[in-house]
Amino acid sequence: MPKELDALLTQTSEWLRGVGPSSEIVMSSRIRLARNLEHFPFATRATDTSRSDVLRLVQEGVRHASSLRNPLSLELGSLDEVSRQFLVERHLISREHASSPEHRGVVIGPGEVISVMINEEDHLRVQVMQSGLSLREAWALIDALDDELSEALPFAYSSDWGYLTCCLTNAGTGLRASVMVHLPALVITKQINKVLHAITKLGLTARGLYGEGTEALGNFFQMSNQVSLGRGEEEIVENIERIMKQVIGHEQTAREGLTTSNRLQLEDRIWRAYGVLRHAQTITSNETLDLLSAVRLGVDVGIMTHVNRPTINDLLILSQPAHLQKLDGSKLSAQERDSKRAGLIRQRLNATEHDS
Amino acid sequence: MICEACKQQQATVHLTEIVNDQMTELHLCEACANQKGAQVESHFGLADLLAGLADVGKTAEVEEEVSAKTCPGCGMTYNDFRKIGRLGCDECYTTFKRNVVNLLKRIHGSAHHLGKGPARLAKPSSQAKVELAEMKQRLERAIEMEEFEEAVRLRDQIREVERQEQRAKSKKSGS
Repeated sequence: MPKELDALLTQTSEWLRGVGPSSEIVMSSRIRLARNLEHFPFATRATDTSRSDVLRLVQEGVRHASSLRNPLSLELGSLDEVSRQFLVERHLISREHASSPEHRGVVIGPGEVISVMINEEDHLRVQVMQSGLSLREAWALIDALDDELSEALPFAYSSDWGYLTCCLTNAGTGLRASVMVHLPALVITKQINKVLHAITKLGLTARGLYGEGTEALGNFFQMSNQVSLGRGEEEIVENIERIMKQVIGHEQTAREGLTTSNRLQLEDRIWRAYGVLRHAQTITSNETLDLLSAVRLGVDVGIMTHVNRPTINDLLILSQPAHLQKLDGSKLSAQERDSKRAGLIRQRLNATEHDS
Repeated sequence: MICEACKQQQATVHLTEIVNDQMTELHLCEACANQKGAQVESHFGLADLLAGLADVGKTAEVEEEVSAKTCPGCGMTYNDFRKIGRLGCDECYTTFKRNVVNLLKRIHGSAHHLGKGPARLAKPSSQAKVELAEMKQRLERAIEMEEFEEAVRLRDQIREVERQEQRAKSKKSGS
């Protein structure tokens, strides 16, 4: 396993710091821009030669960006499967990117705020990720970065249709803004479908924890814009932020309802979840996400005071399969992982009890 | 009043939007309005509704014409494009232009980019000013001629250009 990745293992990604506006509900805000280079075939028609040329050009081009000084630049072809999965779990690359690594790369900025996937569906997928509801800040960062990149790299662009992307659903601004929210109270009170339905009508889509085609594990939802053309970037970003504030409002109301009229049931649910996590000897990652979601709710509504949000966030990421294997330093079977996972959680929660 | 979309049913849904103190109206029957229902409910504006209407009846003829084409940039054929739903290179956009425009309208409700462009293509501010003035003239003319689709498009474009200018200004004063 490459040494550079070990450094990531011990650092907390910016988006997992558990701070920023509405961080009791919003985990992170992410904006990505899709960009392609003029005259090079898109992924659908690319050859090994064109892919390798694009990889070199982009790796060279990102050096000119001031916000990407001393980046961690990796070629996926030279990483083993666990390392690639590790990057997926940290939201630095997509599952799709990890699945066929040849001539693909990723450039990661300090604090894992910025990452640039090279040769994914588009030649560049630039992303900025922040803690809490911080889309405007994320936009300011990525806008400046994109200006710099566009001076160094000839992006395929038309004044009619904007940035030309492999799939027409990304054309125009090439911008997808998404907010990862934790909505346990809306799920418990069975209002979540109404909310998901409503945001669809407002031009947003909801996905699971790891993007397209993934389940909403642990009551985490990623909500993002569908339309990328015909609106300015700021308008898109402001629209999502406005809608997300309403979603946050609904979750808050549902939480208040649960903590006042159903307090005993809620406390029971949260402490039972904690009890299992604190004492289980073997546990799957899905069950972990489910129970951590309940504990996180307990922390966020003040029922559980000895645990803090960063501890939960750390466990959310460290308990994932590739992270466990990196922590252990060896490849583990599913059974071994379940046992290591339970051990890690017991140890971390035990430490919080002694600290407080 | 007859529905402006299907031109058959009685129009029972009436939409109004004010552009520069000019009132625009759209009259639809219930079936057509339901089809556009999501957009109406979320106040997506007349621009999208009108863009959607422009598609009616055009699709079949366009597909026939384009299906024989191959992109000179990457060798992608129209059939490949239809099968995988993705384009092969930047040139495909002009090769399959009419289809691309139709699809963009269907997906995004618009085929006109608003927003930023690459820094190397940024226009000097004097040129941008002249273009903005021209656009405003064109908007007034479009409203006089009751070309509302064009008017809505121009209005959005002008708003975006003004927004971009604001941005450029604040960036300058910030640095």
